[in-house]
Amino acid sequence: MVRYIGKRVGYMLITLFIIATFSFFLMKMLPGSPLNAEDKLSEEQRAIVLEKYGLNDPVPVQYVNYISGLVQGDLGISFAFSNTPVTDILMDRVGPSAQLGAQALVLGTILGVILGLVAAISHNGFLDYTSTIIAVLGTSIPNFVFAGILQYVFASELEWFPVALWGSFEHSILPTIALMIFPMATAARFVRTEMVEVLGSNFITTARAKGVSEPGIVFKHGLRNALIPLVTVIGPLAVSLMTGSMVIEEIFAIPGIGEQFVNSVMVNDYPTIMGTTLMFAFLFILIILITDLLYGLIDPRIRISGGDR
Amino acid sequence: MDNNQTNNIPKELLVPMKPKEDTSEKISAPSRTFLQNARRAFLKNKLALFSVVALVIIIIMSAIGPSMNEYGQDEQDLTRAKMPARVPVLENISWLGFNGTLSDTFEGQTVEQATNNAYARYDNQEDFIEIEVLNGSEGSAEVKATYNIYDAKDMEDQYFWLGTDTLGRDQWTRLWLGTRVSLLIAFIAAFISLAIGVAYGGIAGFYGGKVDNVMMRILEVLVGIPNLVIILLMMLFLKPGITSIVIALTITGWTGMARIVRGEILKLKSQEYVLAARTLGQSNWKVITKHLLPNISGIIIINTMFNIPDAIFFEAFLSFIGLGITPPDASLGTLINNGFDNLLLYPYMLWFPAILISLIMIAFNLIGDGLRDAFDPKMHK
Repeated sequence: MVRYIGKRVGYMLITLFIIATFSFFLMKMLPGSPLNAEDKLSEEQRAIVLEKYGLNDPVPVQYVNYISGLVQGDLGISFAFSNTPVTDILMDRVGPSAQLGAQALVLGTILGVILGLVAAISHNGFLDYTSTIIAVLGTSIPNFVFAGILQYVFASELEWFPVALWGSFEHSILPTIALMIFPMATAARFVRTEMVEVLGSNFITTARAKGVSEPGIVFKHGLRNALIPLVTVIGPLAVSLMTGSMVIEEIFAIPGIGEQFVNSVMVNDYPTIMGTTLMFAFLFILIILITDLLYGLIDPRIRISGGDR
Repeated sequence: MDNNQTNNIPKELLVPMKPKEDTSEKISAPSRTFLQNARRAFLKNKLALFSVVALVIIIIMSAIGPSMNEYGQDEQDLTRAKMPARVPVLENISWLGFNGTLSDTFEGQTVEQATNNAYARYDNQEDFIEIEVLNGSEGSAEVKATYNIYDAKDMEDQYFWLGTDTLGRDQWTRLWLGTRVSLLIAFIAAFISLAIGVAYGGIAGFYGGKVDNVMMRILEVLVGIPNLVIILLMMLFLKPGITSIVIALTITGWTGMARIVRGEILKLKSQEYVLAARTLGQSNWKVITKHLLPNISGIIIINTMFNIPDAIFFEAFLSFIGLGITPPDASLGTLINNGFDNLLLYPYMLWFPAILISLIMIAFNLIGDGLRDAFDPKMHK
């Protein structure tokens, strides 16, 4: 297990290093500098500012400074907000994004498991087809379309929920629903397939022959075994939520990281874009790592074979 | 006694049994090749067939749709901005929403106040606004106003089938042009990913050993980088447009295919028929193209069918957050983005592109599911 963790963490560090290097040289090649945003500067002032931000150093020195800054959590200075470090901007906006993402992931997975379970129990019945249709629609229709429908029907026409912005719990209901449909549909499909397979296996027949009650078979013997592989999907699902959150936050005007990213794209605020991208990359990789390790813990076969994924 | 009785049977009753033809080994069903089986299974899948038909119609429309009316892609005319959808014949069926009117409910203290609110909202064209009182009580009056904008603008003879956008451009034309761009990007990106993925995975799997080891370690690091991050970085660096979206999508798109192809080749290359081909002196190239690739074509096709909707989604996503297609060109993503800006007042600008992109995504996913079942030998009966 220790060797397995070491291998995974090693890959994670290499990947992060590559992303950081890639984004640094990309940033050097992009047009614009922090000074373009300032009004007319005299030559002396210019030199002072360049010196202050270390832009006079040769590129390799800048690179080393950049990487060591990253390690300490310093993502640079924003072009758009005068003299504000990108880290501060992002820290201010972590809250709404984290709340939205957590709500969507937890609710979506739970509902998805229920949906998949119901479908598997009534295999090829009416409920099965209903939940399959929901799953196909949920995985196919883009989340911004869902967001549009929800916003128009429930906020604009029926006026049950606020149209946009962030504040009370009510504000978070519509965006959470829009964001959770994809994980819900994916989990439902996955749990259904697994559950049908598990329920057809020999040890379920044995349990039935021994006289275990039907709920006992479904929950104790069936669901437990069907849920183990679900851990592998939760990682990619959490990652897909981050992609989704950019759009959803923009649509519902939620002051989160995704909305900041889209706004930074509009005004070409490169340091903020890069900082957000790096932060996304770090979170992505961390989530995948955690779910991989979790899977190794739950399923001993992975540990022994050294995780051949 | 017993013995006696058997001996008493007359000889002529003992007729030798006629040997029946041995049927236990006979094949009763007609023998079909794997592809024939797959085709039969696919044709039985009604949903998948329906999706194919729908998709073909959408593709044909994206080719001929823009030239079906006289309006161009970038014909801006502010006098005809934000016209609602109006279609001949269908305009007589009011609930379809193709009758070229805008309508909404307005509230006020009194009926008069609510009516005035409606007039203020609809350009004060009182002659062309029909007012229907929903709730006449004092304090919370509510009226439903229907604004006949085509009459008000003196355009009774014009038909914008799906309405116009904020700059007066015809939505029908832009919708199909946008579909064309979205589909083009998705197809090109999926096929480039396919080519790179099959080549990379094929080489790694076929040669094995050190080559495989090195190629797979590189791939493992690449897979670790989230595709969203690479796509976003590439889009910042490249000039926005079709080519850069295709490049950004293919840079990350091929890795899944490469992994699958490598796994399959690794499994197949130790089979007897490959050994036979080699013994007969076939070159490596021939073995790969004639013996290995046809046998994994099913998996490659399925994977591509799922890559295409992914590419459509990412293109729409990039255009939506402002990193994709730039005006005046349209794609489904930019149209949806414009639709959101006007959602509360002119919802039709969002619905048409949103419905179309959903249809395309559902169709591709259903076809992919159908193909996966069709290529699964367990499903062949």
